[in-house]
Amino acid sequence: MKELMIGNAALARGLYEAGCSLISSYPGTPSTEITEEFAKYDDVYCEWAPNEKVAAETAFGASLKGKRSACCMKHVGLNVAADLLFTVSYSGVNAGMIICVADDPGMHSSQNEQDSRHYAIAAKVPMLEPADSQEALDFAKIAYEISERFDTPVFVKMCTRMAHSQSLVEKGERTEVSKEYVKNPTKYIMAPANAIKRHPFVEERTLKLTEYAEVTSLNKIETGSGKYDFGIITSSTSYQYVKEVFGDDVSVLKLGLVNPLPVKLIQDFASTVGKVYVIEELDPIIETHCKNIGIDVCGKEKFSMIGEFSQKIIAQAFGLEPKETVSADSPIPVRPPMMCAGCPHRGMFYVLAKNNITVIGDIGCYTLGTMPPLNAMDMMIDMGAAVSGLHGFLKADDDDTESRTVAVIGDSTFIHSGVTGLMNIAYNQSNATVIILDNSITGMTGHQQNPATGYNIKGDPAGKVDLESLCRSVGIKSVRVVDPYDLAECEKAVKEELAKKEPSVIISRRPCVLLKYVKPKKPLRIDPEKCRGCKRCMKLGCPAISFRDKHAVVDNTLCIGCGVCSELCPFEAFEREGE
Amino acid sequence: METKNIMIVGVGGQGSLLASKLLGRLLADEGYDVKVSEVHGMSQRGGSVVTYVRFGDKVYSPVIDEGEADFIVSFEKLEAARYAKHLRKDGKIIVNTQQIDPMPVIIGKEEYPENILDELTAKGVHVDAIDALSLACDAGSAKACNIVLMGNLARYFDIPYEKWEQAIEKCVKPNFIDINKKAFSLGYNN
Repeated sequence: MKELMIGNAALARGLYEAGCSLISSYPGTPSTEITEEFAKYDDVYCEWAPNEKVAAETAFGASLKGKRSACCMKHVGLNVAADLLFTVSYSGVNAGMIICVADDPGMHSSQNEQDSRHYAIAAKVPMLEPADSQEALDFAKIAYEISERFDTPVFVKMCTRMAHSQSLVEKGERTEVSKEYVKNPTKYIMAPANAIKRHPFVEERTLKLTEYAEVTSLNKIETGSGKYDFGIITSSTSYQYVKEVFGDDVSVLKLGLVNPLPVKLIQDFASTVGKVYVIEELDPIIETHCKNIGIDVCGKEKFSMIGEFSQKIIAQAFGLEPKETVSADSPIPVRPPMMCAGCPHRGMFYVLAKNNITVIGDIGCYTLGTMPPLNAMDMMIDMGAAVSGLHGFLKADDDDTESRTVAVIGDSTFIHSGVTGLMNIAYNQSNATVIILDNSITGMTGHQQNPATGYNIKGDPAGKVDLESLCRSVGIKSVRVVDPYDLAECEKAVKEELAKKEPSVIISRRPCVLLKYVKPKKPLRIDPEKCRGCKRCMKLGCPAISFRDKHAVVDNTLCIGCGVCSELCPFEAFEREGE
Repeated sequence: METKNIMIVGVGGQGSLLASKLLGRLLADEGYDVKVSEVHGMSQRGGSVVTYVRFGDKVYSPVIDEGEADFIVSFEKLEAARYAKHLRKDGKIIVNTQQIDPMPVIIGKEEYPENILDELTAKGVHVDAIDALSLACDAGSAKACNIVLMGNLARYFDIPYEKWEQAIEKCVKPNFIDINKKAFSLGYNN
């Protein structure tokens, strides 16, 4: 019986069935569920690592010892894991190793739209790209076969639509796979003398993989009915959009192995059709390859390098009639994401905004501190950049910047790559004030444990990083903890630490309100007799407070009773329901 | 059979995931090819959220584009209007009459459009507006709003009532089956 599964769950199932025994990952939308789903199987090992580099190296260690392994990450996570990637391409693997990477065209939850296929090309590592959940499952198994047959790590590339779309999947049984570990320094110690000998192996492997690309069932030609004489080369979800528009009326070369790309297969396909279109999201990888092998194709001149595709975009590009639509004339206000009612980050951002402090930010839910009405962030680039960026910001001049600039970074992001920046602050002495927004979970990706929470991926007790001790041990003498629901305390801490002529850390600590163990208090309500409509509470940007008929009102279905708003009200208009 | 398209739209956190799970389960059990697509992550933090449910003999694209939706089930009025252009000619909107102000409205930068549903009706759009929140509370939980709306949607399908109930039994935790069945029935009969 077939089952509906999101692409990520199907990929996890495929890894499981193929005998994968270990997954180590760092969460990142849209890749997170691969690891979460794999963790549900009892007879395998699965963990959240502090970052993608650690995860990839852990997966490699397991492969070396003889167990099939994987690590999963979002596209930007691959930047962090890239250090291992380029050399594990040389060493190759013992048991199969898969790197699952999920791109985010359209940037639903990301800071850029980088195309991971460039990494496959640059590191000379094969990459498979499934187009639905069944393929995700099937391709995982094929990826392990390729990995062991060609002695290489293998990418399985997902994208947001693939990762988070459910389609029907036929499950199979698990096969156990185990290899013997044999000491082999010339293969696994990539010092120059050995690496020099491995590079020719890599080039030879790419040639063999190209031959494989010509014949593998991962790449397939679907001959059209003949209604259209042109042909389309495509992969991933773009294939689905093409089929949605043209059905079986056009000939399609669907590529499941996107690195290395076949030569003869493409030439043969091109010779059977008229004009050839290449339809691929983001960068012109397939298109460039086609042009390099002498095939005149049309690609990015018609299909954008920016954002996601859809059936409408494909149809429009071919000049097909758009579908009839209806819409309201009134302008529809946008509804951007925002910090939840009761979010512990809000209090700290309110204090920073109120004091007009420059905020060097980082990646997580708290990036939403940038949204109106708080507007309390000046920079957000990559994981950990708040801490190291602040250091550079302060070193760039000698005016009074240090007394009005802070870094904010979440607990998980701090562990991921903030602590190294903090070492630099302590070592090279900038009078930086770093605020760790510790909500005791990896929040934005949907609540994953991390080394600072004290629990592992299964929710069992685990080792716990003591953030205060960690900060002190790298050389920060001034470390203090505040409760972000206490605005007065937060403001006092921020002002005092900014005034100090030494580096300092403020840990703003309160667990995320969405955590199950956090019990909401009774919601607040506003006494309209007392509320004078001063809108001071509105400055928090709490979604539970809106303004109707000259008074603030609280939506009691959203309010969790944190009470931060009542700290701002000069007229004591807030009262707790039932009191 | 031509592919049918249902969009479920609302505000992040309103429970659209259970609604799409229920629909997916039901339609797969009925033997259709099904695709359900949603976006996780950033958009769930109180932002506008959309889920696509497509079913038929063979479904390719996981998304529903403008002018393609047979049904838009909206958990909130403004969101119904935001996605109305995805409706096909003769498509139907089923909307919960709840109003949740987005941040630009809360901070007074933009206006929540009054009578937005009437505006759509005036344009010839078939709009079923129901107070799903009240009905869900009658059923025993404000959170059952999603199932009230599914009950209302079910009126337009040739799938026996019992099959919907069976899908509810498979998709919700045992303690909540009765509340959700009641919510479904209130949505179906309103």
